[in-house]
Amino acid sequence: MTRLYRLLLRALPGSFRREYGAELCEILELNLAGKRGLAQVGVWLGALGDLARTAARLHADALRQDAAWTRRSLARSPGFTAAAVLVMGLGIGANAAVFSVADRALLRPLPFPEPDRLVRLWEKLPEYSDMEASPANYRDWEDAAQSFQSMAGFHFRPYNVSVSAGAEPRRLTGSAVTADFFATLGVAPHRGRTLGPGDDVPEGPAVAVLDYGLWQELFGGAPLSTISGLRLDGVPYEVVGVMPPDFHFPSRQARLWTPRRFVEEEFEDRDDNYVDVVARLAPGVSADEARAELDVLARRLEAAHPVSNADTGITMRALRDVTPTRSRQIVLALAGAALVVLLIACSNLASLQLARAVARRRELAVRAALGADRGRLLRQLLTEGVAIAALGGALGAVVAALSAPVLDRLVPRTLPVPDAALVDPRVLGFTAAVTLLTGLAFSLAPALRSARADAAALQEGSRSGLGARGERFRGGLVSAQVAASVVLLVVAGLLIRALWKVQAVDPGFDTANVVAVQTPLAIDEWSETSRRAELYERILSRVRGLPGVEGAAYASYLPLDFGGGVLPVSVPGSDLPEDRELRASLRYVTPGYFDAMGIPLLLGRDVSGADTMETPLVAVVSESFAERYWPGQNPLGRPFDFAFDGRIVAGVVADVRVRGLERSSEPQVYLPYRQARDGWLNFYYPKELVVRTAGERAPLLSAVREIVRENAPGVPVAAARSLAEVVSEDTEPRRLQLRVLAAFAGLALVLAGLGLHGLLAFSVASRRSEIGLRMALGARGGEVLRLVVGRAARLTAVGASIGLLASWGAARAIEALLAGVPPADPASFAAALAVAAVTALSGSLLPSLEAVRVDPTEAIRGE
Amino acid sequence: MTNESREEIESLLPLPPATFHILMTLAAGDRHGYAILQDVAARTGGRMKLGAGTLYRSIQRMRDQGLIEESRRRPARDQDDERRRYYRLTRFGAAVARAESQRLGELVELARERGFAPGTA
Repeated sequence: MTRLYRLLLRALPGSFRREYGAELCEILELNLAGKRGLAQVGVWLGALGDLARTAARLHADALRQDAAWTRRSLARSPGFTAAAVLVMGLGIGANAAVFSVADRALLRPLPFPEPDRLVRLWEKLPEYSDMEASPANYRDWEDAAQSFQSMAGFHFRPYNVSVSAGAEPRRLTGSAVTADFFATLGVAPHRGRTLGPGDDVPEGPAVAVLDYGLWQELFGGAPLSTISGLRLDGVPYEVVGVMPPDFHFPSRQARLWTPRRFVEEEFEDRDDNYVDVVARLAPGVSADEARAELDVLARRLEAAHPVSNADTGITMRALRDVTPTRSRQIVLALAGAALVVLLIACSNLASLQLARAVARRRELAVRAALGADRGRLLRQLLTEGVAIAALGGALGAVVAALSAPVLDRLVPRTLPVPDAALVDPRVLGFTAAVTLLTGLAFSLAPALRSARADAAALQEGSRSGLGARGERFRGGLVSAQVAASVVLLVVAGLLIRALWKVQAVDPGFDTANVVAVQTPLAIDEWSETSRRAELYERILSRVRGLPGVEGAAYASYLPLDFGGGVLPVSVPGSDLPEDRELRASLRYVTPGYFDAMGIPLLLGRDVSGADTMETPLVAVVSESFAERYWPGQNPLGRPFDFAFDGRIVAGVVADVRVRGLERSSEPQVYLPYRQARDGWLNFYYPKELVVRTAGERAPLLSAVREIVRENAPGVPVAAARSLAEVVSEDTEPRRLQLRVLAAFAGLALVLAGLGLHGLLAFSVASRRSEIGLRMALGARGGEVLRLVVGRAARLTAVGASIGLLASWGAARAIEALLAGVPPADPASFAAALAVAAVTALSGSLLPSLEAVRVDPTEAIRGE
Repeated sequence: MTNESREEIESLLPLPPATFHILMTLAAGDRHGYAILQDVAARTGGRMKLGAGTLYRSIQRMRDQGLIEESRRRPARDQDDERRRYYRLTRFGAAVARAESQRLGELVELARERGFAPGTA
């Protein structure tokens, strides 16, 4: 029985156990002697309670002592403490900040019940794996598929939102959703109710569910029963519910939800794809089973609709996995870089601690001689390490909180996760764990070495250095830091090259002196084409008369700003197969658009106000469109089918980058603004007013606002953007990612330089007498210099070689981010080497001078 | 008694009850741990029951503070157990015990003046 007790005694601190363990056992034996049954149990219970209390108190005593010792020891060397805390703070802060991004972009379970069962579905076409579904296909999926508990369709639906008639509305992004939308996601409303089957009926009530933030903004969080006056596109809506603050679906941009009711005509065309689909797997059904069923279903639909559904499959992906690959890679690359910075910070501190250990050798040896055992000393040194890390962790938490809003832009807006919070328990937890681990990591090796210090150190009485092994260890740490910095430098260099390359891409239009103002028209109110056309003409004629304006036009969307809007094309008599999957992007434009945008007209003519539904339907197409269907021939006058009508090519313009500077775009088709059937393709009503002007932006915006208010009261005017800004937004994630990585690389480099400096300074200081002796024996300054710089060069060379090899691996891992810059880009590697060499040189500068300035007589006398 | 050691004594007061009782026990002669426990329990009529862990934590601290030390004298073979260690009061420990007793006495005196002490109220 007492064997068990002896085992439990292990909970006590070692020194105490060794001192009193045997006596504690004896007392338990004496207490048990002569007792039976319940009385024995009582003794045991008492002993165990006593043991637990004592262990807790003893450990608390030790912690108090160690804390007091740490406080004194850190206060004695404020310079070291400040540097160490700063280094740890930056290292931990970088990791906490990147974790907060990675957590939200990749890790955190989505805020829905049983999120693993939620999936997104798309039509899978030969050229697009993720195409929205047509209403008819969506309806057939929902009716036939057995693998899902429920399925819902939704689509992006912008609204002009106002709270009372007459006020200028705001343009907000909403989502039109089918009956099962909220039931599929499984989220209960914060107030009121969600939308359900009762709302999904023809001519159903005009009801809306608001995002929590919008409810606060518009109504100050007032009770639903007192709310009235909400107008969406000018139509009164009743607010029936408010979603909880962390509900964001389909994306963080969605601010309100309205019922989507399909009308019979919408089911006629299976090539009109605009329905996003979310579904919840039925209990017990695996993703693979659901996919197998969808494959069968897709083949059945293909057989039933051989033209429209030719080669049409169904893509299913877990909701969590919709993060784009590039975002994923960016986040992973940053996580890797942050980790490298932390490792450098740790090894730097380990090196500093090692140097301090030498200075404290006597103190520790005295303590050991006075009876403190090795475990106790180790514990004390680790406490100091964790304390430094804890201070650094606190600083790191601040760094992370400050950088979170900036880094948040790396989390795709399309993810249904909440915005970054200033204080995030998950991030704090991560920070605490990293803090503890790093505290132990950087102090363990030095502590083990120091605790080994024995009485010999006392007798020695010398202030000699670390000894050969310690010096080598520190040298190794410096080399490792150089290697890690080189990796970060190479990666940063490659990303700079990639950014340059992307920025050098010609978007296909002029970015200088062109400003775009958004004036979105409410879909139902402006469904009549002629009325819309007259509004455009009135606005444009007034805008063209403004001072400084050289041209103005309307278009559906700006390139780069919106990449979608692609429709199938077919060309009678074309050699290409029945090409329903060959698509082109559709934009309605007014005359003068190409002029205003600086898109060269290559052949034929611009669209014209005289192109109406009464005249032949025409189109201006891009060069690549003409090249695809009529290579080497004159495309003018050629017929093709597009956007539900046959059209004739009237002109050819140069291509523009619609989807982005780094992506290939579909060819473009521009249709005259008057050749639209009433109410059709309402998604494409021109709303971007493009103005070429030499003047200032602010007066232009207020003039446009005035003009719009006079001609179309109730139409919102959104802030003006220059096309240069539109282009720059396209490269924003890239520049942000580069800035973060460059900051990490710079930090790593400074730390490595400091590490080298610290090592050399220490070794010069501890070898003063040797250097003095050499000089006394006739060594010249140059030789002493070679001694120090040579060492720095060797350590740097070793580190840089390892770093270059590792860089090559890192570069290949992020190849997808490099926009075609080869991973082994010599310029980036050379630049990284040069920067590392300069840093190493500056790190060795002061110690070298110190060494040369050693006065031989003084140095030798000092011994 | 020098000023320095008086200050040292004062810094330890008031004593935790367990410490005081251990001092009182050892004042009567050297004891090993188990004997201290029994002695304290007997003297307080079982009201003060020290756990073994609490006892040795106190002993460790009292040794660090110089109140007690390990005794080299051991009892006759037949009564001894080699695992046992015997503790005795140091001179400093005795001084501290005296100072604490005086402090407690003054408190009792105060209580008596105000009519709280036993026998007066």
